[in-house]
Amino acid sequence: MPPTTPPNGLPDAPAPFESWGRYPTYQAKVLPVHWQNDFPKVAAGIHDGALPVGMGRSYGDSCLLKDGNLLVTTSMNRLLSFDTTTGLLTAEAGITLGQILDFAVPLGFFLPVSPGTKYVTLGGAIANDIHGKNHHVAGTFGCHVTQFELVRSDGSRRLCSPTENPDFYAATIGGLGLTGFISWATLRLRPIVSRMIDYEGIQFHGIDEFLDITRQSQHVEYTVSWVDCASTGKNFCRGVFMLGDHSKVPAELKPSPEPKLIFPFDAPGFALNHTTVSLFNTVFFHKQIKARVKALQDYEPFFYPLDKVLRWNRLYGKRGLLQFQYAIPWENAREGTVAILGEVAKSGLASFLAVLKAFGDVPSPGLMSFPQPGITLALDFPIKPDVTFPLFERLADMTRDFGGRLYPAKDAAMTASQFQTFYPQWEQLARFRDPLITSSFWERVTGDKLAL
Amino acid sequence: MTTNGSSYGSTTAPTALAASQQGEAPILGARKKILVLGATSGIAEATCRIWARQGASLFLVARNADKLAAVAADLRVRGAAFVDTAVADLDDTEGHPALLAHAINSLAGMDVAYLAHGVLGDQTAAEQDFNTAAQILHTNFVAPVSLLTWLANYCVQRHAGVLAVISSVAGDRGRKSNYLYGSSKAGLSAFLGGLRNRVDREGVTVLTIKPGPVKTAMTSTMKGSEKFADVDKVAQTIVNAVDKRVDNLYVPFQWQPIMFVIRNIPDRIFKKLNL
Ligand SMILES: Cc1cc2nc3c(=O)[nH]c(=O)nc-3n(C[C@H](O)[C@H](O)[C@H](O)COP(=O)(O)OP(=O)(O)OC[C@H]3O[C@@H](n4cnc5c(N)ncnc54)[C@H](O)[C@@H]3O)c2cc1C
Repeated sequence: MPPTTPPNGLPDAPAPFESWGRYPTYQAKVLPVHWQNDFPKVAAGIHDGALPVGMGRSYGDSCLLKDGNLLVTTSMNRLLSFDTTTGLLTAEAGITLGQILDFAVPLGFFLPVSPGTKYVTLGGAIANDIHGKNHHVAGTFGCHVTQFELVRSDGSRRLCSPTENPDFYAATIGGLGLTGFISWATLRLRPIVSRMIDYEGIQFHGIDEFLDITRQSQHVEYTVSWVDCASTGKNFCRGVFMLGDHSKVPAELKPSPEPKLIFPFDAPGFALNHTTVSLFNTVFFHKQIKARVKALQDYEPFFYPLDKVLRWNRLYGKRGLLQFQYAIPWENAREGTVAILGEVAKSGLASFLAVLKAFGDVPSPGLMSFPQPGITLALDFPIKPDVTFPLFERLADMTRDFGGRLYPAKDAAMTASQFQTFYPQWEQLARFRDPLITSSFWERVTGDKLAL
Repeated sequence: MTTNGSSYGSTTAPTALAASQQGEAPILGARKKILVLGATSGIAEATCRIWARQGASLFLVARNADKLAAVAADLRVRGAAFVDTAVADLDDTEGHPALLAHAINSLAGMDVAYLAHGVLGDQTAAEQDFNTAAQILHTNFVAPVSLLTWLANYCVQRHAGVLAVISSVAGDRGRKSNYLYGSSKAGLSAFLGGLRNRVDREGVTVLTIKPGPVKTAMTSTMKGSEKFADVDKVAQTIVNAVDKRVDNLYVPFQWQPIMFVIRNIPDRIFKKLNL
């Protein structure tokens, strides 16, 4: 019988901590950080490196630190102020976007930018400068963060905004958690009058139809496409283009129900193979019977279709999954996408979730931000040691040759030289790194080990 | 502090407390006036969030000013009608009357007092050193007895009120791994039982809350914590129990049969177990 409250002391036994891709898994000490002022105190007792983490929804090793200390922020989830006239919300960095929505939607406010899951923290969203389906009009998450506090392991605290400590502001947005501990942040929410989304789904057959619809839908706030990457020949690059705008018809702003389904076990290795994925893709493509459908849809299934099943990453089995996401600039976007999708189809490794989207040209305030104008494609691959990694490396090289780059938040495999070509600013970021903080990702792609 | 030499105050109700009781008996509706002692504890914070959403007025007491300010800000943003705070070390029993009078004045009355402070303590140190043991007993037993004495008398005068107190399943039977914590909570549970027996007929409810291990956001990454109870569900159960004026609450309820079994294991067997 354990005690009523968990021990106040910190657990000292290292435990495996999984990122969303479940690869790699490393032993690390998990140190919960409960309060805004805790970081320097916790840091004082640490000599083997630390990394702040949120919900661990990054796919690879950017939220991992092998044999180090993971400072988990999720109990730092307090709301500090909200101004209903400006929509400015100040909250502790460990609050999740879902918790923000639970609070804000009934009051008629919504996130300015949202990723494909609501189970990410405010701090994690800033550190990866995440993007959503509205990147073409709204830019990245960081564009809507007006200020935050950065706490360093030496105990110093900086208020960061475009005008105060602008260098730290820029380095921290997309800064992969390396510049210090974000204790709280102010985010500008946007008003809504309904939970509902005016949704439209359009079938497309090939990349050119995708690009046509993209051009014609610049005025629509949310656009994203699912693409069938298992098919070749006349079905190559077919997909469903999904568009949405917040409904302008006022309606009751009810809170969300809780998710119920939890994927209960690690699926066997063969669950996701080329056949099952092709089958799924065909069903998904034809699920939309008409070439064009319109509907009024709740925001939850529109933004977070996968959140209904908590821990769906178990579908990929114990070995986990590798995500590959590129951004290729417009001049090579079409060619690059066709080439990469062709390479994937050829490999026989089908991605079950393949998401295609055009990025817009709203600049991010962040130094290391991933999005750039052009096309982005995200693919999930089950890990098959002999096949997945060589494919990944080929795709990464192709991305580089097309002038594109990969998304560190989703990465577990890019090489140091690939990373340094993608992000020549990395050396600038290195200058802002907190001396105590590092990540397995950072050590892997820079060779920059903590001098301890 | 040590228990040596500290005086536990006089036994007559301070006039400030008597003076602050005005108006008719409160109804436990949406606009409850709630005094929370130990407001920065995980379970207390989660419970207060539900009360805040209901539009309750809250007076929060905790030791650390920064933590208290963050919790208070959060509850204000979440919709509490009124939030006031006081920084106080509840081990200081002499300060209790003034503190409680101030709180009740600030709230302009009190419908619910929620005692959520307590320490797990260092069992190993306490086995070697009586001062450590006494400290645990003081924080978990003596200080609540002081607070509850004043609060119960206040409620009795008004013939209304709920005293909701977090004890523990650990108080149901002493175990070698934490019998100091356990015995302090056992004492508290026994005190609450007696107090209930005394004040129930005066219209005052005493709610003994015995939580099992609770997964607060902070323990969510700990090994085995998947099996812990969800702090928000525990909080909702406590809010419901206060509204329904329940006497005893095991949260989650499964702990009731578990503790029934544990209480009834004969000592000749129990002493051999590694609990
Ligand atoms: C199903 C799914 C869909 C997704 N869709 C998208 C998408 O559409 N667009 C997109 O951009 N991303 C997407 N992502 C990725 C996800 O949004 C990012 O990885 C996000 O950063 C995860 O947040 P987290 O709280 O889990 O942070 P973690 O993964 O725990 O950490 C991420 C980074 O943030 C840092 N960090 C966390 N908290 C702090 C803090 N308080 N101070 C300083 N640094 C901190 C960490 O050090 C780490 O570098 C998706 C992920 C999943 C699982």
